[in-house]
Amino acid sequence: MSADMLPLITKALGETVYMVAVSMIISSLLGIPLGVLLHTTSKGQILECLPINRVVGAIVNAIRSIPFIILMVAIIPLTRLIVGSAIGTTAAMVPLVLASVPFIGRQVETSLREIPYGIVEAAQSMGATPLQIIRKVFLPEAMPNIVAQLTTVIISLIGESAMAGAIGGGGLGDLAIRYGYQRFRPDIMIATVIVLIIMVQIVQFAGNKLAKHLDKR
Amino acid sequence: MIDLSHIEKIYDSAAGPVHALKDISLHINKGEIYGIIGLSGAGKSTLVRCINLLERPTKGTVTIEGKNITAMNNSELREARKGIGMIFQHFNLLSTSTVFDNIAFPLQLSNTPKDAINSRVTELLDMVGLSDKADQYPSQLSGGQKQRVGIARALASNPHILLCDEATSALDPQTTKSILQLIKDINRKLKLTVVVITHEMQVIKEICDKVAVIDKGVIAEQGDVLDVFITPQQPITKDFISVLLSNELPVDFRNIEIKDEPFEDSILLMRLTFIGETANDPIISSLVKKYDVSADLFFGSLDDIKGAPFGRLIIGLDGSQDDIHSAMDYLREQKVKMEVIGYVSRHASSHH
Ligand SMILES: Nc1ncnc2c1ncn2[C@@H]1O[C@H](COP(=O)(O)OP(=O)(O)OP(=O)(O)O)[C@@H](O)[C@H]1O
Ligand SMILES: [Mg+2]
Repeated sequence: MSADMLPLITKALGETVYMVAVSMIISSLLGIPLGVLLHTTSKGQILECLPINRVVGAIVNAIRSIPFIILMVAIIPLTRLIVGSAIGTTAAMVPLVLASVPFIGRQVETSLREIPYGIVEAAQSMGATPLQIIRKVFLPEAMPNIVAQLTTVIISLIGESAMAGAIGGGGLGDLAIRYGYQRFRPDIMIATVIVLIIMVQIVQFAGNKLAKHLDKR
Repeated sequence: MIDLSHIEKIYDSAAGPVHALKDISLHINKGEIYGIIGLSGAGKSTLVRCINLLERPTKGTVTIEGKNITAMNNSELREARKGIGMIFQHFNLLSTSTVFDNIAFPLQLSNTPKDAINSRVTELLDMVGLSDKADQYPSQLSGGQKQRVGIARALASNPHILLCDEATSALDPQTTKSILQLIKDINRKLKLTVVVITHEMQVIKEICDKVAVIDKGVIAEQGDVLDVFITPQQPITKDFISVLLSNELPVDFRNIEIKDEPFEDSILLMRLTFIGETANDPIISSLVKKYDVSADLFFGSLDDIKGAPFGRLIIGLDGSQDDIHSAMDYLREQKVKMEVIGYVSRHASSHH
């Protein structure tokens, strides 16, 4: 183990955490409403609107079917438009967000679908508006599941951020490729892998704890 | 109070249209407990859900307290629904909210101030006997307790109407009794109009004032519970009642010949039904005192329907034809329902 390793890893870890955290927040802010939209506009639901449901569903499916590495490269012009550059930690977040939003959307939709419709009807029978049903029934009731799913999303974001890093985004992936692979530094490679494993373990552990805490069923 | 006028409901299903309700008209008075009974698939849930428009009738109007709610727009309808509480077979509580928050839910919907919510929920918890469970989650409660939460929640915004869709069908008989008692109590105390959907005559018998029997989407029969119990008109009504009040003859008479005309050594078998006060009167003893007949008692039961005594007897009258006829005339004058079963041999019943 050499003296340069610790600062290298700390810096890369910081970049990864930054990329994952910011993309996660943005993706959730977009993905959860997307999931609500997908669910509530589906057949027999409170805001049933099949044309919207089909169009949005098709777009979601289309994005989800593109492998991340291709998506990342394919949207470089879009990234440049949004961030002003296609390289760097911030630029890497554009494809990360774009890939996560439909993923979260579908996951949230699935959890919402598991809520018994009777509870929604009970709320309707009390005169709840659709917005109140979303805020006070759908989201709280699905929250334990959503938390568990967001945990999975964070973990796949950690993986994807490493890929994004490899093409100039910084972070642990970038470090592993540049030092571990291109400069033949197996110690850095191993250290990066260990840090990634620990990160994923921590996220999973915390996610499970929180989901369990919220789950009153 | 509640007026359903020519309600029709057709569901479009994959297998074609389902005619769930056919031209149903009902009038439910203020303060009444109105029972709707029917077999599975008869259209009970559809009917009760048409009252608060959880299900929109294909045709017909629903008028509640003089307002035609079928003509309301969404926001008017939501306001109207706040005056109509509803409880469900599977309770439909929020699993991630405490008992307290479940009951507070309808109040939060109308942005009630926090301390008003607190005092109202505390009051309701007390009313349904769950004051010690305020901080528990539904999964920690028994079925009966969950339904109490459902009732408290339905009453939170002071509705005038309570709709109950199979509210006791998921509960054991004892818990059913206590929930029915609670519904009866709040009906009295709050002058609430209650609509009860059930497939059990027991529920109707226990708490309802009026009953409608629904069969394949039409009302087969309706009226006061006592009248319907005593003189059911339709076969389906008789079936429902027979579950509670068996019309079977005592064992001794099941396999013997019953004749329309008297014969040597025959007695006249008849079924008597007493309602209300008369159930306690000694009619049979005055009958044998007044006329030269003897009366053998083969079967007797005393039940009650919504608190009113309800007695049933099967007796065998023995005597001359004249005396028997005068005895029957006497019975007809009393408030007793008399059904002649027929003449059987006096020796049919071994222990008489
Ligand atoms: N959403 C629906 N779509 C299609 N058909 C329906 C729907 N809801 C009910 N039906 C049909 O309408 C008829 C009446 O159903 P309903 O649920 O009102 O019966 P019910 O008397 O409440 O029965 P149960 O005692 O089983 O609850 C049934 O034939 C049922 O299959
Ligand atoms: Mg039903």
